[in-house]
Amino acid sequence: MADERFDAIVVGAGPAGTAAAYTMAKAGLKVALVERGEFPGAKNIFGGVLYRKQLEDLIPEWWKEAPLERKIVEQRLWILADDSAVTFGHRNQRYHDPPNCWTGLRVKFDPWFAGKAEQAGAIPIYETVVTGLLRAGERVRGVITDRDDGELEANVTIIADGVNSLLGKQLMVHREWRPDEVSLAVKEIIQLPKQTIQDRFNLEGDEGCTIEIIGHTCGMAGLGFLYTNTDTLSIGVGVMVSDLKKKRVKPYEVLDGLKQHPAISRLIQGGEVKEYSGHLIPEGGFNSIPALAGDGWMICGDAAQLVNAVHREGTNLAITSGRLAGEAAIRAHEAGDFSASTLAAYDEAIRASFVYKDLKKYRGVHSLLAHEDAEQLFHRLPQALNDAAYEMLLVDGVPKRDKQRKAIRRVKEAAGGAYMDLIRLGLKGWRAMNG
Amino acid sequence: MSASIEERLFTIRYKADRVSHLIIKDQEVCLACPTKECNWFCPSDVYLWHEAERMTSVAYENCIECGTCRIACPEYNIEWLYPKGGYGVTYKYG
Repeated sequence: MADERFDAIVVGAGPAGTAAAYTMAKAGLKVALVERGEFPGAKNIFGGVLYRKQLEDLIPEWWKEAPLERKIVEQRLWILADDSAVTFGHRNQRYHDPPNCWTGLRVKFDPWFAGKAEQAGAIPIYETVVTGLLRAGERVRGVITDRDDGELEANVTIIADGVNSLLGKQLMVHREWRPDEVSLAVKEIIQLPKQTIQDRFNLEGDEGCTIEIIGHTCGMAGLGFLYTNTDTLSIGVGVMVSDLKKKRVKPYEVLDGLKQHPAISRLIQGGEVKEYSGHLIPEGGFNSIPALAGDGWMICGDAAQLVNAVHREGTNLAITSGRLAGEAAIRAHEAGDFSASTLAAYDEAIRASFVYKDLKKYRGVHSLLAHEDAEQLFHRLPQALNDAAYEMLLVDGVPKRDKQRKAIRRVKEAAGGAYMDLIRLGLKGWRAMNG
Repeated sequence: MSASIEERLFTIRYKADRVSHLIIKDQEVCLACPTKECNWFCPSDVYLWHEAERMTSVAYENCIECGTCRIACPEYNIEWLYPKGGYGVTYKYG
C-alpha cells in the first residue's frame, strides 16, 4: 500500500463519500474509497427515507435498479399524548410518478451505491480505519490507516467519515460537538408479513407510508418515526443528547414507551424484532456547519452537520455535498492545483445549492430546541392539543362555545398562561423556521 | 413486545476485538462524578458503575459505535476510537 498514490482519497463509503468517489472516478480520476466496515453500509443506520432528486443528478433513473423498500405515497404527522393522537397527513397519487422518495435499508442500499462507484473505477479499500491525516504544514496530503504500511497519499482527501468525524476533529475544522448539537436515535426493525403491513397502513403493492411522531418522548426534544418497509417496519426515536443527559432515562426505554402507545402498538403488534440499532444524528443545523474546504481537503455529509432535521432529510444532502466536492476535485485536478483557494469552489457550490439555503432557512430551530423548555414543547403542548381536540369532538351536552373556550385555555396554559405567551411562542417558532 | 437490552443486543452481529476501543481515562474521575450519567445514556448499556470496586466497567463488546458517550460524559473521561477495520458492529438491515 505504501507506494500507492491516488488523485483522491475518500474516507467513508456512506452516501456522501460514495457520491464523491463516483463523481471523480467517472471523470477518470484515480480514487480510493476507504471504509471501516466489513462492507459499505455495515455500520450505517438512518431513519429510512431515500429521496429521488439528488441521486438522479448523479445516476439517471437510479431507482429502477437500486434496492429500495416502499415508494412513499403518504406522509403522516402524529402528535401524541399519553393515550391519544392528533394526526395530520398528506397522501397523493402524484407521488407515484415521478416518485418522490422511498424507504430503504442501508445494509442493502449503501453496498449498491458503492458498487456503482467501484464500477466507475473507484478502488475499494474496506475493513480499514483511517486513524489520521498525513500533513505537510497546513496541507493534507493523504491518510494513515490501521493497515500495515497503511499510508495512502493523494492530491486531495475527502472527509466523509460520518457524524463522529474524528478526522474533522483532528483537522480542527470542528471541535467536539456539544451535546445539544447531536441527537441519539435508537431504532428497531420489526418484521411483519407484507400483506399485514399493507392492510394496517392502507397501502397496495409497493406503496409505502411514513409517520413522524411528536410527543411521548419523556419530555425531551426529539422525534419518533414509524416507516413501512417491504416486509418490515422501522420504528425509532431520536432525542437531543443534552436532554438525555438530564433525564436519566435509557434511550431504549423511550422507544419502549413509543411502542406501547395505543395508537402505535396495534400497528406493530405480532411483529418480530429483527434488529436493534443506534446512531447519532447531527442536528446543530446551519450554525454548526464547519469550514468545508482547505489545502488538500474537503468535508461532506454528516461530518459537516449537513442534515435538515425539520424535514428529516440527510442522505440527499450528503449525496449532493459529495457530488459537489467531487466536482470541485475534478476542476482542481484539471488545474493541477489543490490549494484552499481552488477547493473553495466546493464551499461556493454548497452555498449556491439547496443544502445551504434549506439549512439557513431553519437556522433558528436548533436554538429554539436547545433553549426553550423541552417539557413544554414536547410534552405539555402535545398534551394540551390532544386535550383540546378531545374536548371539541366530545358530544356531551356542553355548549360548543364553552368547549372552545376551554380548549383554547388548555393550549394557552401549556404555552405559559397568557395569550401573549402563546403569541410569543408562535412567533419564535415561525422565526426559527424562517431564519 | 418490549425486549430487554440483552435480547435487543442479541439481534446485532458483532466481531469483538480482544482490546477495547473505549477507555476510561481516569477511574478517579468516575468516582468523583456525581451523576454517573453514562450508566443511563448509553443505548447498549456499555457502562456500569460498581460501588464496591469503585470503578466503571466497560462492556465494549456491546458497543454500537454511536459516539454518545464521548460527547455526553460530563468530564470527557472516555477515550473513544473506532474498532479496528472490519471489527465491531455489522448491521443486517441498517
